Amino acid sequence: MSSHYVSVEGIARRYGATTIFEDVWFGIRRGEFVCLVGHSGCGKTTILNILAGLEAPDEGAVIVDGAEIGGPSLDRAVVFQGHALMPWLTAAGNVAFALSCRHRDWPRARCEAEAREALERVGLGHAADRRPAELSGGMKQRVGIARALALNPKMLLMDEPFSALDALTRGALQDEVARLVAETAQTAFMITHDVDEAILLADRILLMSNGPGARIAEVVVNTLPKPRTRATLHHMAGYHALRDHVLDFLITRSRAFDAARPPPGWAARAVPELRPACPTSPPAAAA
Amino acid sequence: MTTAVPFWRAAPLSLLILAAFLIAWEIAVMPRAGQGPAVDPEYAALLGQAAAQGGTTPMPGPIAIGRRLAELLADPFYVRGTNDQGIGVQIAWSLLRVGAGFSLAALVAIPLGFLIGMSPLLNAALNPFIQVLRPVSPLAWMPLALYSIKDSAVSSIFVIFICSVWPMLLNTAFGVATVRREWLNVARTLEAGTWKTATRVILPAAAPTIVTGMRISIGIAWLVIVAAEMLVGGTGIGYWVWNQWNNLSIADIVIAILMIGLVGLALDRLLGLAAAAVAWRE
Repeated sequence: MSSHYVSVEGIARRYGATTIFEDVWFGIRRGEFVCLVGHSGCGKTTILNILAGLEAPDEGAVIVDGAEIGGPSLDRAVVFQGHALMPWLTAAGNVAFALSCRHRDWPRARCEAEAREALERVGLGHAADRRPAELSGGMKQRVGIARALALNPKMLLMDEPFSALDALTRGALQDEVARLVAETAQTAFMITHDVDEAILLADRILLMSNGPGARIAEVVVNTLPKPRTRATLHHMAGYHALRDHVLDFLITRSRAFDAARPPPGWAARAVPELRPACPTSPPAAAA
Repeated sequence: MTTAVPFWRAAPLSLLILAAFLIAWEIAVMPRAGQGPAVDPEYAALLGQAAAQGGTTPMPGPIAIGRRLAELLADPFYVRGTNDQGIGVQIAWSLLRVGAGFSLAALVAIPLGFLIGMSPLLNAALNPFIQVLRPVSPLAWMPLALYSIKDSAVSSIFVIFICSVWPMLLNTAFGVATVRREWLNVARTLEAGTWKTATRVILPAAAPTIVTGMRISIGIAWLVIVAAEMLVGGTGIGYWVWNQWNNLSIADIVIAILMIGLVGLALDRLLGLAAAAVAWRE
């Protein structure tokens, strides 16, 4: 696991006698985009909060860049599910506030100017002076993404960032995030419900079984070539096999998974990696 | 929810109601022949006007009050000795006391409310004291204040302080304690630090609640100052009302009521402007 930028080692969350998830192990390489997919209640958001340093696991630890996470860090920027913009600040003000935290020596004018540039990069230059109440849901989430990216973080954490948006806006933003992340070779971890979103963005998809007692049941490697866009994604060879595999997991296997009687070859510390999109290549060769 | 009525539609009705009320009042207080106890004309001549009216001071009508108001407002700021000062001077004294007591209360309540709101421990520890002291009538503090401060002017400021401190304290603590978790999480992931989080996130988030507390406080302070000045005496609109009662100047009392109402309205509007300045919507 030493090659991993982030290494999650046996974390668990328990509320009294109830175990939400336990024995969760995975790693994220530098520049890799990892999606976590699973049903509600399996503790996805908790895992993201633990990676962000907002919560501590009840067991286990998370190692980032060789050191255990002790709290939140500017190096791990979070895009929150509910955008979490401060309504008394303008779009530019929200990004500038983040920048003033990142660069404490920058004068106000510089934070403001860089904030406008960051908004420009997500196509919101014209809305910099508007308050969140005057922005649409998609625009708010763009500001949230601009705020995270402006920090120039080592890692981007996204908690279902597009779940509250309508389908058209969501699609446009997915393409945009794919582009922005590819441009900067950003390491990213994202929670999603949306299978197509995961296939579009992720290099690897972690599939979680249902809670309580949830585990990472499977790891699916996305072998579809990059760059991927929504327009061409479903024409790619192997797309349907990949999509069916993930959907089947969500519909049946996520429920059937039992850590006490795991499928052959499964171990919590080394969840087997599957390549449903290119069944011909042997797993050992690609690993 | 009632729909908002435009000003130009409500104003004529308001004026109509006012006119009807004033006319009815004027008619009601008009001297009528054959009313009141019969007074011996000789006795009346001996004792002057009061006896001529049967020993009672008549309720003045709106016209008499209007005339008196014009008289008072013609020279509101004169000072002719301790017991004869213009109504403007009296109101200024009251405003000064309310301003001093209210400002002191804000200086104490807002920082303390911040601490209480941020620390559940401090909140739980101080809550019993606040709950016991809050319902105490501010005037109940007056004897204790007079005894320990030994200065009536400062005592009335203390009474204003003690009555305006609670709404501000409780509202600040509530506003701070209920700042949206997600904004605090943003501040944490940005490593904003305690001071920056308090001033740049919690303060603007809680500002509308804090200003609402200030607005409640200034209203209570303006209610209490009249009673406090009646007790303490010397100067101020409350003292002036009591003085006019002793002089049996009913017109002056009515005018004082009107003035107290108008100044109270102005104070509330002032805080209303502050509330609009810090308001945010999502």
